[in-house]
Amino acid sequence: MIRVEGIHKWFDDFHVLQGITEHITPGEVVVVCGPSGSGKSTFIRCINRLEDVQEGKIFVEGKDVYSSDVDINQLRADVGMVFQQFNLYPHITVLKNVSLAPIKVKKMSKIEAEEIALALLDKVGIYDQAHKYPAELSGGQQQRVAIARGLAMQPKIMLFDEPTSALDPEMINEVLKSMIDLAKDGMTMIVVTHEMGFAREVAKRIFFMDYGKILEKGTPEHFFKNPQHERTKLFLREIL
Amino acid sequence: MHWEVVWNNMDYFLLGRYPAGPLGGLALSILLALGGIFLAFWIGIIFGLLRLSKRWYLRIPSIIYIEIIRGTPLLLLIFWFYFLAPVIFHRPMPEARTTLMAFAVFTGAYVAEIVRAGILSIPKGQMEAARSSGLNHRQAMTYIVLPQALRNMIPSFVNQFVSLTKDTSLAYIIGVQELTRAATQVNNRSLTAPAEIFFAIAVIYFIICFSLTQTSRWLEKRLSYRTAGKIHQKAIELLDDSLE
Repeated sequence: MIRVEGIHKWFDDFHVLQGITEHITPGEVVVVCGPSGSGKSTFIRCINRLEDVQEGKIFVEGKDVYSSDVDINQLRADVGMVFQQFNLYPHITVLKNVSLAPIKVKKMSKIEAEEIALALLDKVGIYDQAHKYPAELSGGQQQRVAIARGLAMQPKIMLFDEPTSALDPEMINEVLKSMIDLAKDGMTMIVVTHEMGFAREVAKRIFFMDYGKILEKGTPEHFFKNPQHERTKLFLREIL
Repeated sequence: MHWEVVWNNMDYFLLGRYPAGPLGGLALSILLALGGIFLAFWIGIIFGLLRLSKRWYLRIPSIIYIEIIRGTPLLLLIFWFYFLAPVIFHRPMPEARTTLMAFAVFTGAYVAEIVRAGILSIPKGQMEAARSSGLNHRQAMTYIVLPQALRNMIPSFVNQFVSLTKDTSLAYIIGVQELTRAATQVNNRSLTAPAEIFFAIAVIYFIICFSLTQTSRWLEKRLSYRTAGKIHQKAIELLDDSLE
């Protein structure tokens, strides 16, 4: 489903991704963790080409993300993304936040798009907030709107870039619950997070990144009980 | 004091010779300002966006236009259009239209800078969220970034409008019958009350510009109400509750 072949990326002379090769299969939930600056956010931002790479290739559903003749807007429509800072559109209502892309990109009728949007808002538990503006919602609710917005295009893959890092502690669980539901529905997900409870419960594999490389990967079982790499052991000691 | 000169000529100050003759006075000043800001708005949006383009052949001409205009007095620009327009279009141009073009081109450059600043003030995440949902660059600009940027631009934009309203008095120099010229004509005819006349038209300019800035303030508050106001309101209510 997602094939990453030897990608390298530099920010000026900072070598942020140093040769990542990976294969993610349909329905797989992958958690990416690691210290800040390790390149994990950059890695997932490369998958829908929010960042460019200087070397290597990424294929999503067989389509070369970085080739010049790929329809990047079409490709991005198949890859939903949720950001650390929510990035909801503050000037329109929650309902419009969710229904905008289906209407503009898929040329869906307003009625149909809003029906889908309401169903998704219901799924993440904020049906009754549909006509409010983002600023009137709590952080946890805003992030759930962002998840509904990501799902509105009926993507095949969802990317989460530290979705709970900007939230107050008591709001983290409501967001994680929506993500767990999604994982159980069989969505292919790549999640950058430090929520190890989430990783343990739904991740099929965990990638541990540092210095722009995946230093260690494996099932939660392997990762928590039997980490091989010294850097992973140190990291786990510090966060668990 | 000879205030009666002002009162007797009030029609002329406000409307010129209209309806018997062409429209003039304050009405013409306002028309010039409105027409100018309307054209400048679209010029500003286009050149503001071009200035932010990644493509140099779009960006550079826009920078040249903006910087040349910003480095030139409006009066000179009015002269240019006045003397150049007949040469370019091979026919004489009415003075009012000439100045309108000068106002549009002049103010357009300033609005372009306001548009640019407005767009840059919107967090990068907005564009990223829009693009990652499949919208193309133009759609993301039209539906997500520009509506927010335009709202942030309102105070600067109204400032520019106020500025232009006052600058319409420069059209006096090539014989456009706007408010300042009307006042000069009345003054030349009566010769008895220059202080009263020019005081009166200063008051007229002030009333127009002051109401504009007040409207802008009201508009700003109104537009931000649902996005931020309610949150503040809620915070205050919660605070009140906790103090009880």
